[in-house]
Amino acid sequence: MQTIFLFHKKGKNKYSIPACDSIQGDEIPRSMLRDDLTLVDVSEVDVVRHYRKLSSLNFGVDNGMYPLGSCTMKYNPKINDVVAMLPQFAMQHPATIEETGQGALHMMYQLQQMLCQITGMHNFSLSPAAGAHGELTSVMIIKKYFETKGEKRNILLIPDSAHGTNPASVAMCGFEVKEIPSDSDGDVDLTKLEDALNEHVAAMMLTSPNTLGLFDRNILKIADMLHSKGALFYCDGANLNAVVGKVRPVDMGFDIMHVNLHKTFSTPHGGGGPGAGPIGVVEKLAPFLPVPIIEKADRYYLQYNRPLSIGRIHSFFGNFMVMLRAYTYIMMLGSDGLRNVAEHAVCNANYLRTKLCNHFQVPYNRICMHEFVINDEGLPNGITTNEVAKRLLDYGFHAPTVYFPLIVHGAMMIEPTETEHRDTLDAFADAMLTIKKEAAQNPALLKKAPVTTPVRKVDAVLAARKPVLKWDD
Amino acid sequence: MSFLPNSDDDILAMCSEIGVSSIEDLFCDIPASIKNPTIQLPQALSEQEALTHILHIGNANEQLCSLVGAGIYNHYVPAVVDHLVSRSEFYTAYTPYQPEISQGTLAAIFEFQTFICRLTGMDIANASMYDGATALAEAVLMAIRSTGKNRVLCSATVHPHYRDVLSAYLWASDAQLAIVPYKQGLTDYEQLSHMIDDNVACVIVQSPNYFGAVEDVASIADSAHNHGALCIATFTEALSLALLKSPGSLGADITCGEGQSFGNYPACGGPLLGILACRSKFMRTIPGRLVGKTVDEEGRDAFVMTLQTREQHIRRQRATSNICTNEGLCALRATIYLSLVGNKLIELARINHALASYCCSRLVALGYERVFTVPFFNEFVIRVDNAKEIRNRLLDNGYALGISIDTYYPELNDCLLLGVTESVSNNDIDNLVELLQTI
Repeated sequence: MQTIFLFHKKGKNKYSIPACDSIQGDEIPRSMLRDDLTLVDVSEVDVVRHYRKLSSLNFGVDNGMYPLGSCTMKYNPKINDVVAMLPQFAMQHPATIEETGQGALHMMYQLQQMLCQITGMHNFSLSPAAGAHGELTSVMIIKKYFETKGEKRNILLIPDSAHGTNPASVAMCGFEVKEIPSDSDGDVDLTKLEDALNEHVAAMMLTSPNTLGLFDRNILKIADMLHSKGALFYCDGANLNAVVGKVRPVDMGFDIMHVNLHKTFSTPHGGGGPGAGPIGVVEKLAPFLPVPIIEKADRYYLQYNRPLSIGRIHSFFGNFMVMLRAYTYIMMLGSDGLRNVAEHAVCNANYLRTKLCNHFQVPYNRICMHEFVINDEGLPNGITTNEVAKRLLDYGFHAPTVYFPLIVHGAMMIEPTETEHRDTLDAFADAMLTIKKEAAQNPALLKKAPVTTPVRKVDAVLAARKPVLKWDD
Repeated sequence: MSFLPNSDDDILAMCSEIGVSSIEDLFCDIPASIKNPTIQLPQALSEQEALTHILHIGNANEQLCSLVGAGIYNHYVPAVVDHLVSRSEFYTAYTPYQPEISQGTLAAIFEFQTFICRLTGMDIANASMYDGATALAEAVLMAIRSTGKNRVLCSATVHPHYRDVLSAYLWASDAQLAIVPYKQGLTDYEQLSHMIDDNVACVIVQSPNYFGAVEDVASIADSAHNHGALCIATFTEALSLALLKSPGSLGADITCGEGQSFGNYPACGGPLLGILACRSKFMRTIPGRLVGKTVDEEGRDAFVMTLQTREQHIRRQRATSNICTNEGLCALRATIYLSLVGNKLIELARINHALASYCCSRLVALGYERVFTVPFFNEFVIRVDNAKEIRNRLLDNGYALGISIDTYYPELNDCLLLGVTESVSNNDIDNLVELLQTI
């Protein structure tokens, strides 16, 4: 594996900078200046070939099916990226946006309204830069709400199937996490919830549909139970793709939620980001939203005068270019188009579940939403989830999310998304069945997988035992 | 427009395989009373109509000759950067959970970590944070964890937005924040000496600071260390790292800030590139992703995400942070940019400083007051009577002459904070001065 530093040779760099006729910038005393910086000395051709080569070692949605559960790796429409490169937006400075960026504010204002329509929430803030950032912001709002009411509530309830970001966000706001088990059907265990509910509970965070890909059949009951104790109900919207247009979180009884624009609303994941995690709230929580909020009078403006706000949570207004992509997507789909997204995503997942459930264990085998979970129980020769995942890479598929949710031992969480055709789903199912056959007949094949990838199995233990975190010449 | 490949016939066949009569049956777990609500969105558009619509919105934005910095800097982005990050193997991938098919992303992050260490003089850099402000907040939480103390001192010359974000994060985690005043454009060292005691977790200084001035980070770091506190050095203009002594060499323990200057557009303020780097002793307390070098089964060099037991997906409520998605593609932009510009970054930084100095001197010659007479990098504060009015008139003439800063610094009324980068030429500055003489 080559890094750019291997191309380093003195004198290769011919990059040129615009001429400047007045070099009078000698005002900084020499004692403040450095003379120890070496980045790298390579040519433009080196740069282009190196990163082109690196790109070829990657697998993205454009390479093939990417059924990474709870990540909603759907196709990213190319027009989104075209609009996100327009200089009218790209060159706009945020500090002068009220004066020179009325178009940008218009788009943000419209997106706030659209997300309110889609979720039923009363207000939206676009500031959070990722899902986990939206969670953190929301937990701050929950904290501020009870602080303002003069109530001391220090517990947040989280189901045992939750993403790790939920408890981590809660801990950053000084709350205690109380885990609520799931029942044998994969829904929240209502008895355990009843036992845990008291006047110290500030809220419950629930991913809906949950990480087993199931829609909790008691959702309205759970909301009632929480509200009757004065607690709030938070929706982790990571899985909104399953229900967008089909049901609004506000009607399910949620008071506050985040939406991942990089999942449901088709913006690319960028190899780990940027995403965007706008949050929506019911009316009583609106005063606590972060500043600024985009408002409209004769012109669009940034509203900072919000005395109960938790304050600012981003350097500026959030990930604008991600919002612009999501806005474009929503404009192209409209409300029927969004509802079709959920319908096709759920149909694809159930089709694949049906094809696999006679060959693999499906611990919660009922009609699922946009994803489902299988495990490695009973695979021949003790073949594990990780080995199945690696072998899938050889067959040209990205692996599912593995070993999550934690409540399923050896979990493989499969989310095909709505943008895969039935033929692709068939091919994936065939690959899974072939792998199962290989597990019985030639397990060594699976043990040494992957064999067709740019590198073979990577030694993660060595990396952690002797960390090398930067290049040293 | 639709991106659904399955036809009605496909759907029928799939439903039959599943054993339901229609898609609607698959939504049986949703209570009927709340299913299929009316959602009012604009009429769906074709791709062509959508583009026309977005262009129409975009044309309501104005593009001026901008002398504005204050946290976002308009540096030229070479064509190579846009070209390479447009390769969809990079941008349509997710977090590199499967290293065997993610070596492109992983190798680039490893290079990014290397560049950031070289620029900051630190031992370890993570794979990115959301932006400079949240990078600072996370750095401070890291200092609180490491020292076991929860009082934080932050200079008044730190970007006001960063202080606001920090304030929200610290309120949430029940820590205390106190602001150290400034004097003549720099952190008031004497006040700091009075405020600091052994209960302080960290002292935060920004250099170049919000006013563009170069701070004495070394003295502030000394003062922090004398009281068992950490020194966090932050920055908003990453380009300054090429010219000024690095935070690491000045004794900072953690450094963090905004990396947008490296190959990323102003983009209405996002996405940005949060940078976080530290000394090796904080290896297990740093938040965010880290990529390490290792080998594959055949002994070839390979890269992988490492030390993940710090992270939320393993450690849950005991993780070092809740961060999951970061700003990977922005970090890739920075990596390609730094590879291409290479050591010419130093010359670029010099030119930024020279242009800013030229602009400042021309304005001073016009009778504007340079408010702080300390050395600056590419931003500075000027005072002039009726500053806002002059600024407004210039807006109508195609120039953004800095920004007013009296919302955060009421004593600095009639002052403008200007930022000058290589996107502005000597000629632009001459034209600006000429214009100022006529209005």
